[in-house]
Amino acid sequence: MKTLQNCKVLENTPLTHDVYKMVLENKTDWIHHPGQFVNVTIEGQYLKRPISICDWTENSLTLIYKVVGKGTEIMSTKNPGDIMEILTDLGNGFDTSKANDEVVILGGGVGVPPMFGLAKQCIKEGKKVHVILGFASEKDVFYLDEFKSLGVDLSVCTNDGSLGTKGFVTDVMKEKGLCDLFYMACGPMPMLKAIYTTSNSNGLLSFEERMGCGFGACMGCSCKTITGYKRICVEGPVMESEDILWKD
Amino acid sequence: MERLNVELCGWQLDNPVIPASGTFGFGYEFSQFYDINMLGSIATKGTTRESRYGNPTPRIAECERGMINAVGLQNPGIDKVISEEFPKLKEVYHKKVVANVSGFSVEEYVECAKKMDAEDIVGIIEINVSCPNVSHGGMSFGTDPQAAAEVTRAVKAVTTKPVFIKLTPNVTDIVSIAKACEEAGADGISMINTLLGARFDLRTGKPIIANIMGGFSGPAIKPVALRMVYQVYKAVNIPIIGIGGIATAEDVIEMMSAGATAIQVGAENCRNPYACKQIIEDLPKVMDKYGIKTLKEIIGRAHR
Repeated sequence: MKTLQNCKVLENTPLTHDVYKMVLENKTDWIHHPGQFVNVTIEGQYLKRPISICDWTENSLTLIYKVVGKGTEIMSTKNPGDIMEILTDLGNGFDTSKANDEVVILGGGVGVPPMFGLAKQCIKEGKKVHVILGFASEKDVFYLDEFKSLGVDLSVCTNDGSLGTKGFVTDVMKEKGLCDLFYMACGPMPMLKAIYTTSNSNGLLSFEERMGCGFGACMGCSCKTITGYKRICVEGPVMESEDILWKD
Repeated sequence: MERLNVELCGWQLDNPVIPASGTFGFGYEFSQFYDINMLGSIATKGTTRESRYGNPTPRIAECERGMINAVGLQNPGIDKVISEEFPKLKEVYHKKVVANVSGFSVEEYVECAKKMDAEDIVGIIEINVSCPNVSHGGMSFGTDPQAAAEVTRAVKAVTTKPVFIKLTPNVTDIVSIAKACEEAGADGISMINTLLGARFDLRTGKPIIANIMGGFSGPAIKPVALRMVYQVYKAVNIPIIGIGGIATAEDVIEMMSAGATAIQVGAENCRNPYACKQIIEDLPKVMDKYGIKTLKEIIGRAHR
């Protein structure tokens, strides 16, 4: 259920020079699917910040966010014991029942975090999981050990080749012969489009947009799809690949 | 709680708090947060004759104490609003709405207003001559007294319900436009719509909003709204629904003091889905604090 909740910060630590991990105390029984998001209140900032859920336990919620502006900068200064207000249960998330028994999960940059909870869920469901993570450079890489500990088939690439394969997640997908598998992905728009064109299969893609309310009232984050107008915050952020109208 | 009651053209409202058009969808999205029957009324999403997708994204830019939106009147079109959205709203809401109508020609306003007039759920028809986010129409009807009067007269000729004209602040003299609407038969004025604004990305230097400009709303615009409501109250004899930056019970009292009979809450719904509920619940104790017995008695008290 969508509710405004006050949560105690349990941890807020840097993972790279600009990416942080925040763990909040929270009863997470509202989560339906990995890939949902929360809207975080930042004092002094008018709008909330939509942040995807990376991982959760019964009583804790992990958010990984990149510092890109004033709001996330303020967020990065929070200490354990501080209280954060969040609006919960936003977005549809990845419905893994739509996926086959063997899947490829692709994450790019700050699109990597929700793929962790998703990979965990797929493993729990007994799926065979291939994970491909893409980053700009070695200094931007985070969460590799955590993904490794899930026991997934993990590959990493960087745009400059400083770690793993040099190139994009789609290069790895081709190289490893994973183009026929159902895919689930989150990352920048060019990456999502490249996956769509490279793969022979269909899949689920998670999109990003500047939002007003985050719960479907303001029409700020609308997009056109083959089956009509959708709100990224309610009917998304995860869309079926066949439903997407790609812009050039 | 009779002390919160207000009356708009014979329509008794339990309280003066109405979520503003465009920030509350068709209402039912908010029923997952609280019982929306506690609201005075609801101003529904701006409705046009045809279905509209609106502007490209990004449509939202945050500002200091406010936000810019350039949604561009996304709505499913009047027929679907009546056949699909209103029935969904009626499942969770049992009062009447302020039906916001927009258009690109006088004929379109007339056609939509006529259809809204026939709906039981509609208490007031609010004619939006002030949308800053569409070209040809929208705001152009609200920046010229003659054009505003022409729309008002045409809509009044085909409707039986009270007609409120929603005015834009992006004009030199809002009083002359309000007076023109009153003379043309308007039953009330809703004011103000958003102020035209823009923001630019510090990294790229490019506009954040795809449409470049959009409507600026939020607490930052409250003084502008208060000033305009004050001016218009002085000049007209029809009720005003005050809109612009209202976020607290104190803001409601201030806006009503300036001359509003009821108020609308806009941007605040986007940052806090419970905004209207909190305002209504806070009103009695804030009234006590300032020795106000009933809200009716403070309408326009700045002028007395």
